[in-house]
Amino acid sequence: MSVDTATVRHIARLARLKMSDAEVEAMVPELNNILGWVEQLGEVDTDGVEPLTAVIDLGLRLRDDRVTDGGIQDEVLANAPEAQHGFFAVPKVIE
Amino acid sequence: MTELTRRTITELRDGFRSGDFSAREIAEQFNAAVAGARALNAYTVETPNDALAAADTADAARVSGDLQPLSGIPLGIKDLFATAGVDTTAGSNILAGFKPPYESTVSGNLRRAGAGMLGKLNMDEFAMGSSNETSAYGPVLSPWKRNDGGNAALTPGGSSGGSAAAVAAGLAPGVTGTDTGGSIRQPAAFTGISGIKPTYGRCSRWGIVAFASSLDQAGPMARTVRDCAILLEAMAGFDPKDSTSLDLAVPRWEAGLSSDLKGKRVGIPTEYRIKGVPDEINALWDQGIEWLRDAGAEPVEISLPHTKYALPTYYIIAPAEASSNLARYDGVRYGRREAGEGGLEGMYSATRAAGFGAEVKRRIMIGTYVLSAGFYDAYFNKAQRVRALIKQDFRAAFEQCDLILTPTAPSAAFGLGEKLADPIAMYLNDVFAVPASLAGLPAMSVPGGLDDLGLPLGLQIIGRELDEQGVLIAGLAIEERAGFSARPEKWW
Repeated sequence: MSVDTATVRHIARLARLKMSDAEVEAMVPELNNILGWVEQLGEVDTDGVEPLTAVIDLGLRLRDDRVTDGGIQDEVLANAPEAQHGFFAVPKVIE
Repeated sequence: MTELTRRTITELRDGFRSGDFSAREIAEQFNAAVAGARALNAYTVETPNDALAAADTADAARVSGDLQPLSGIPLGIKDLFATAGVDTTAGSNILAGFKPPYESTVSGNLRRAGAGMLGKLNMDEFAMGSSNETSAYGPVLSPWKRNDGGNAALTPGGSSGGSAAAVAAGLAPGVTGTDTGGSIRQPAAFTGISGIKPTYGRCSRWGIVAFASSLDQAGPMARTVRDCAILLEAMAGFDPKDSTSLDLAVPRWEAGLSSDLKGKRVGIPTEYRIKGVPDEINALWDQGIEWLRDAGAEPVEISLPHTKYALPTYYIIAPAEASSNLARYDGVRYGRREAGEGGLEGMYSATRAAGFGAEVKRRIMIGTYVLSAGFYDAYFNKAQRVRALIKQDFRAAFEQCDLILTPTAPSAAFGLGEKLADPIAMYLNDVFAVPASLAGLPAMSVPGGLDDLGLPLGLQIIGRELDEQGVLIAGLAIEERAGFSARPEKWW
């Protein structure tokens, strides 16, 4: 499988990365180079092999459904590029 | 004045405790060394007052008899660890100015153990790189130079390049690193120091900027194996805030140290004899086998049949996880924002385009592609199946041996710029390091010797799950026999 400029534009859109036409052009061979290299995995017979989901399998813990922190609104907002009235502020979404 | 910056953590700890020098003297000397080495670009932030405050606490504790395990020891902290109130950027422009209101579990553990902080250490952007050249702060320069009369600037390796350079140049007696696919071990090898990546889950990931969460592990880097044991003991431990943290007691690795390998079998994996690797690397590997034999171990040939597929597997899984983890950088909650055009989505895209560097973008694109509809099974699931086979290879090998010995990296440190144009050539640096990462196993690099150009080479020891002790013991056995004492000559 190889990617073309349309695919790169689509992936860039999914990844929310703005790219100029020149950047898209440059990305096509870069991605194809890497994808061509990783595709050697096709040689490996993985029939009947379950995908690995936990590298050290000690099971997932559960915790009590209890609030353990909070009340730190100022700290949460301290690093926001823009905060208003105790909220994160973003460009207008609805006209 | 006693020169303290060339000493090990063990020597500093013991000398401080017996009153040979004060913690304040230690901190002052390291602060001066840090300030005098800006040409190396190892630190992104210097925090001399933090180091001094911890030193004063340590000096008072010595009088009151309230000493902690790391009292009097100042450390450098990789910029991937959130440090309360101190800039934490993961080497990225997108986190410029980010001051976390919280402390990572690992750096907090070190503080509670009495350590001070000398500053934050430069690294590849989001830990994506093997040469520290992807950092938004620019590359770290290795303190080492080739002995060929040239003056080429060399990489300290990456992604923990600032960490490695700081220890090698005497700008910290020990540091934190993180290792996703070799980022502790390869830079340790390139700079002639030791570093250990523990079993996945030993050190909490909470408060460490996430790269590939199923692989990321913190670990120490220092001059000696014993120093690594001391630091790892303070860093590790169960943390309910990390869902993959191991709920196990922390072994007393320092107390358990020896260099006796009697009755141990050391596996030598056939598949790690790779074409194109310099003879010097293989010669050091053979020497390492003899050192371990001398320590009482029996070398045995083993096979890890899926070794050649580890790197391509890694370069699917790590970018996939990274593309998901890095989705959080959206210009809303922290970090920089670019207004862009086209409302909210335009702001997201412009922010991410301006904030991420080229290698990070490349990996986000790869990761997004392999996770996208129609390709998920062919790439991501396939890679997770091969990962299961790689894990199985190790499980089978450890039925025939107790430890595995390999070279750490396929070359000595290379020059800045030499591999930047070819991502795959750069990725190949981690050919020996990545399999243990994919299997979540403890692995350590210790210096073995110098190559013909006078540059350090490292040996890697891989252990069974949770057998950091065995890895450290083999590391010490090599350290004692290698007698590695070379230091870079000060030019900075």
